[in-house]
Amino acid sequence: MLSRKRKKSLVAYSFIAPNFIGFSIFTLGPVIYAFILAFHSWNGNNPIEFVGLENFVIMGSDSRFWAALKNTIVYTVSVVPVTMMLALGLALLLNAKVMGKEIFRTIVFFPYVASLVACAAVWNIIFSPGAGLVNIILNALGVENLPRWAADKQWAMFTVVAFSIWKDVGYYMIIYLAGLQGISGELYEAASLDGAGGIQKFRYITWPQLRPTTFFIVIMLTINGFKIYDRVMLITEGGPGTETLVLVYHIYDKAFKSSQFGYASAMAIVLFALVLIVTLVQFKGEKKYANS
Amino acid sequence: MRTVRKKVTIYTGLIVLSMFFMVPFLWMLSSSLKLDKDVLTVPICWIPEIPQWQNYVHIWKRIPLLQYTVNTAKITICTTIIQLFTSSFAAYAFAKLEFKYRDRLFLAYIGTIAVPWQVYMVPQFIMLRSLNLNDTHLAIILLHAFTAFGVFLMRQFYMSIPDELCEAARIDGMSEYKIYAKIMLPLSKPALSTLAIFTFVNTWNDFLGPYIYLTTKMKKTIQIGLRVFMDDYTQEYGMIMAASVLSLIPVMIIFLSLQKYFVEGIASTGVKG
Repeated sequence: MLSRKRKKSLVAYSFIAPNFIGFSIFTLGPVIYAFILAFHSWNGNNPIEFVGLENFVIMGSDSRFWAALKNTIVYTVSVVPVTMMLALGLALLLNAKVMGKEIFRTIVFFPYVASLVACAAVWNIIFSPGAGLVNIILNALGVENLPRWAADKQWAMFTVVAFSIWKDVGYYMIIYLAGLQGISGELYEAASLDGAGGIQKFRYITWPQLRPTTFFIVIMLTINGFKIYDRVMLITEGGPGTETLVLVYHIYDKAFKSSQFGYASAMAIVLFALVLIVTLVQFKGEKKYANS
Repeated sequence: MRTVRKKVTIYTGLIVLSMFFMVPFLWMLSSSLKLDKDVLTVPICWIPEIPQWQNYVHIWKRIPLLQYTVNTAKITICTTIIQLFTSSFAAYAFAKLEFKYRDRLFLAYIGTIAVPWQVYMVPQFIMLRSLNLNDTHLAIILLHAFTAFGVFLMRQFYMSIPDELCEAARIDGMSEYKIYAKIMLPLSKPALSTLAIFTFVNTWNDFLGPYIYLTTKMKKTIQIGLRVFMDDYTQEYGMIMAASVLSLIPVMIIFLSLQKYFVEGIASTGVKG
């Protein structure tokens, strides 16, 4: 006879098992494997060989790695503040009593759910150097020396950043809208009685009250910035030169094009370290907001 | 007078901004009805004089779009079903049952949410390849079907259901499986819908997964098929845009009809983190 407690545990494990088995094999296992591979040299055929920290030493003199790291940071630093401010602005506009706000919300949010490949395709045509929509407009405005966008050393990163902002801002706007709805109306009423105007209300009520939301959004945007890859691939293919080569792009190339699985995993660990730092900041911040 | 001016400012702002979000899609639609040579012309012509409807006919013959759609639908539907079933099942145990190592195990789940897929995509590929699963749809399904996020989302929802409900059912002699199926599952429709939509859209739109795993032409998904077509026939703008429009339709239908769940899902998981 099984004891009652034992039986209870078995039932519980039977609930978890289907997901846990899949999760262990396809997620947890590979995560652990990545850490092991990072300290080995392996091309997929030769016997796997322990090399200690050598992969990380190689990284130090790999100029493409440094370019990728720099570009990833440039991308993230460009995307985060603009997306955040635009999302906040849109949320404030849509939080006001306006007719048809559901329609506006749908329009702004749609790029987020739309297929990346299709969106990138149209983006490439709109930003095409010849007679793309953007250059036609710039030309009509009298701009000379029109940029060649994705093919232009100076503008390639901008083209990707602009695409990301356009695609994601609706998502963050919805988070801000939820945050705005959580602010008590009484605060605004009290401020009105004290004679506060719109700008003062924003400065002394909305902005401070939204701080946890803003914090969360900045963290999410930063982590997503570090993970950037597919968009770069679809718009600039990392070029021209190494102008838009990002970290995950380099990891992908090393693993799937030159079969340097160990080295690729070591770079993946660097990516993980970056994300981990941001996540730890998030934990600290959440504790702070939970206490205040 | 002041309120009128304020209203005008808000609406002007909203219309200008929404144009910024809509123009690429309008451009896509407009170009999909043009001859290739008319896509990039000055001045811009938004409504083609002679709409080239045949772009939408020819594309089905130029690339195996039907096969791509079937492949994508198969992967998406299987992933969504497995995800919903296993996540809600596991989440029930994490939320309502007591067992050894429960909290530690849950922590392991949460911990991996913080590890981006890009960090372990390489070892994951190596493992699936050693199981002879590369270039199969099963690989893509397994890749997406067991996310920690799904378990987390369902658990959060179950936590909000009072324990007394389960206790009462237990006293009535219901087994845990029955409580899950007869009480919890029907109550968790909103959370299940949210998870279903997110899984559906993510899997349908996924690019990198199928790009790494699927090499046989007839096994590819819409996203990859579209990309390959764009690479091979860069100048065929009309048809590229027609294929793009077609690839957007399923997600658009789901999104427009179930938008409420999207918004609620983002609002609830987003703000809490």
